[in-house]
Amino acid sequence: MLKLNLHNYFLRHLQVMLYSLGQLWRTPAATTMTVLVIGIALALPAGLYVLLKNVEQVSSQWEEASQISLFLHHNTPDQRGKQLAEQLLSWPDINAVHYQSAQDSLAEFRELSGLDSLLDTLPSNPLPPVIIIQPEGGQHENEALQSLLDRLQNMQEVELAKLDMEWLQRLRSINEAGERGISILAILLSLSVLLVIGNTIRLAILNRQTEIRVIKLVGGTNAFVRRPFLYTGFWYGLLGGAIAWLTLLLTLLFISGPVNRLAALYDSQFTLNWLGGQMFIALPLFGLVLGVLGAWLAVGRHLNDIEPT
Amino acid sequence: MIRFSEVYKRYPNQHEALSGLSFELEKGEMAFLTGHSGAGKSTLLKLIALIERSSHGQVWVNNQNLTRLPKWKIPYYRRKIGLVFQDHNLLHDRTVFDNVALPLIIAGENHREIGRRVRAALDKVGLLGKERSLPIALSGGEQQRVGIARAVVNRPPVLLADEPTGNLDPDLSREIMHLFEQFNQVGVTVFIASHDLELINSMSHRQITLHQGRLA
Repeated sequence: MLKLNLHNYFLRHLQVMLYSLGQLWRTPAATTMTVLVIGIALALPAGLYVLLKNVEQVSSQWEEASQISLFLHHNTPDQRGKQLAEQLLSWPDINAVHYQSAQDSLAEFRELSGLDSLLDTLPSNPLPPVIIIQPEGGQHENEALQSLLDRLQNMQEVELAKLDMEWLQRLRSINEAGERGISILAILLSLSVLLVIGNTIRLAILNRQTEIRVIKLVGGTNAFVRRPFLYTGFWYGLLGGAIAWLTLLLTLLFISGPVNRLAALYDSQFTLNWLGGQMFIALPLFGLVLGVLGAWLAVGRHLNDIEPT
Repeated sequence: MIRFSEVYKRYPNQHEALSGLSFELEKGEMAFLTGHSGAGKSTLLKLIALIERSSHGQVWVNNQNLTRLPKWKIPYYRRKIGLVFQDHNLLHDRTVFDNVALPLIIAGENHREIGRRVRAALDKVGLLGKERSLPIALSGGEQQRVGIARAVVNRPPVLLADEPTGNLDPDLSREIMHLFEQFNQVGVTVFIASHDLELINSMSHRQITLHQGRLA
């Protein structure tokens, strides 16, 4: 008996679910507009999120760049440079050193920059010898790092001591700011999706006041009255989420060509990751949660006002 | 089956629709509720259907004290009351079948049972061939019979009707009243508000007459 009831229960839900979809199908223009609004509102923060994740991915490739480059004077002989490097290795706040002669630097630059032919025209090697230093300890001990930097800068052979992390920190700060901005945008746009769905459902309820009264007169519970509206919200959210995913897909397909070319020009392994699988689940799921929630709020506000008289 | 005990109903505008009304309807009885418009007929039926609550006094239906019934139980209570209205209250975007099936769908009956019972109800009111029609395509008398079929489809022990023949000509009215008698004959308690005295007097049933919210 219980099994039969449960079976009936799910069957009824399925019926209401399909009935709600049918109702939406019968008003294609209105449905399309609502779904598009929801889709665009969801696609915008999702797109920015994907962008941010990609920037983070790029910057994490440079994470090991938290090191100090010690540019020596041009005329420093290799011998002296190597000696200096070994001397530095004995410092307690230095973890590792790597001496790179001027020739090595040129070779590396040649490889990374792709400016081969230009370099050939230079009369002499413009690059200085460099000692690359891996400081001891975490990257966040700014004061210790700063004092190390000062001591290195004051050495006689050193032209310039440069902490490579500075720009990375800046990038990270920009990223963080971006992340917060996107969070706020996502919250605001989610709220607008909630309001759009709530308002659409509110109109649907007002259109069906007579029906609701009759249902209540013949013994319909609030849950029974609420159900089709919740499923309407469900469909709006789900379809909106699907539209958002599609929008994201098309946008990223559109920009992926130039982005990948740009990455290739920088000789980077980077390819645009558009988090397709993740978004395929997340967007419709998020959409339908907002849809049901918006519908719930709207029905809750209006259901009790409509009583048989 | 239906018992009113010192029932008062006062509306917010201080109008007193019922003043200390007491009466009882036996199980399986059929009675007419008469009186001038404004005498309190509709208010009385609304109290039984729990569309309104009494301001004072107690209403008992089917051994249940309605004064104490919590709001969330009202839908389940209404499933045991068949309601027929003057303006039918049909849903015009659904077929006759779907209109009659509504109480059963709400009660969660299974598909096969719904089909069986809807057809039985439509058969009783003589509309078996009109299942697929929309209410708008039916005459006034037929629409009222759809309303009656919907009221009886889940076999309630009590059937209430508020001016069910108000918009019908005498012949159709007589037919509808005869239909109510048939339901009464199988044990349903029937209570009909009507001001069609000529018709009521031609039928031998108890009459409860209201005058300014009291028994006349």
